[in-house]
Amino acid sequence: MAPPAAHRSSFNKRAQLGLFAGYVVAGTGALIGAVLLAISLVSPETFQGLRTMASDLASPAGEGGAMARTQGGSVLDAIAGYYDAGSKNAELEREIAIARVRLAEADALRQENERLKGVLNLTAGDTQPVTTARLIGSTSSSTRRFAYLSAGAADGVTNGMPVTSPMGLVGRVLEVGRISARVLLLTDPESMVPVRRATDDVVAFAEGRADGSLRLRLINLGINPLEPGDVFVTSGAGGLFRPGVAVAMVSEVTEDGAIAQLLSNPAATDVVIVEPIWQQELLEQVAETTATESAIE
Amino acid sequence: MELANPNIRRDAFGRTINRDHSPLLAIGVPWLTILSGSISPMLPVIASVPVLPPLGFIILMAWRSLRPGLLPLWAGFPLGLFDDLYSGQPFGSGILLYSLALIAYDLLELRFPWRGFWQNWLVASLFIILYLFSAALLAGGEFSFLRIGLVAPQIVLSILLFPLVAHLVSLLDRLRLLRVRRIR
Repeated sequence: MAPPAAHRSSFNKRAQLGLFAGYVVAGTGALIGAVLLAISLVSPETFQGLRTMASDLASPAGEGGAMARTQGGSVLDAIAGYYDAGSKNAELEREIAIARVRLAEADALRQENERLKGVLNLTAGDTQPVTTARLIGSTSSSTRRFAYLSAGAADGVTNGMPVTSPMGLVGRVLEVGRISARVLLLTDPESMVPVRRATDDVVAFAEGRADGSLRLRLINLGINPLEPGDVFVTSGAGGLFRPGVAVAMVSEVTEDGAIAQLLSNPAATDVVIVEPIWQQELLEQVAETTATESAIE
Repeated sequence: MELANPNIRRDAFGRTINRDHSPLLAIGVPWLTILSGSISPMLPVIASVPVLPPLGFIILMAWRSLRPGLLPLWAGFPLGLFDDLYSGQPFGSGILLYSLALIAYDLLELRFPWRGFWQNWLVASLFIILYLFSAALLAGGEFSFLRIGLVAPQIVLSILLFPLVAHLVSLLDRLRLLRVRRIR
């Protein structure tokens, strides 16, 4: 294919000047982009307003798509269900028999738990969810892992609130628009959650690796006690996430911790729960004291 | 004459007499398709790995290789800005990379003016690889060259997708140049 005529070198002064001006304007655009990039790398929340406005605008369409996704999934499931109905039925009956036993065990454990809590004077910390919403999209072409939530400030969502699914922790709210919000998923490289092993008190930090897995870094170094199959839950340290929410399961032990697989795969969850920040008052107090300290200095 | 051959006064874009291209379509279609590619993070795909190709950038490359000079050289600024609003990259990385890509494509075209399908694909693949790597490096967080495996599937998918997108864009180009405006 031939090049466009304007690019051929000629004696047409006007065309040459126009070409030159084009390069100048485009170069300036690139420079402005570099400056904006530097600003947003230093303080990522600078352009929050613009982004939340944009996601508010696009979220109705995204919500329709999310509904279609879950409905489409259930249609496929229903069709697939006819193929192995008999074997599935037998399997379910066996599972129910096991589940009845487990339920009885769980009842016993619950009673014991209440008794022990009564001894320690602890109240059962029942958290009321702020709202339930859908994940309407995610930044699936970038190495950063954000998801878009179909609820925003109008539903009472604020920055820092944990987002969970029935399977476990999904992430936390990072930027809030009016009817949509941006969620920092656990697998984002900038996400870090304090966790502990579900069976004992081995504490660690869970960092995202952007590829669907988490890196667990043990806080107490020494002999690595982790084994594949260990389940980690939130420890409640930091005051953001309430303790005891499932996070990840160890799949591979490394020198200073482990690589763990996420328990609540955000791709498989359609409805998520936004929970209040666990120890909001405490966090606000800490923020106030640090602010006054820095003011004094 | 027309009774013998009804298509005699028509070409690929419609009737030639008394009809002209609509400026709205001719200019609007490329911009709209690139912007709609940029809005793809709002698709209901909740991925825990970067898998989707950067559709906005690929469509931009396809338009640029099909119709040089259709998009002004400064188009990288507004298009990249829009992409930044949804892509999850730090604000400004899209503006920078889109602008640099358009300038680089222009300079490359100066050096190799005559192009064909294979050359377009090769050049676009080169640009897509560079774009994805720089985007991963600029994204913040720790990304070292040891973790190339993270973006490798996305790169392969994007390169394989380019000819398809280019074909789609050439179909849209026919829509763009339909003679729908009536001249009086």
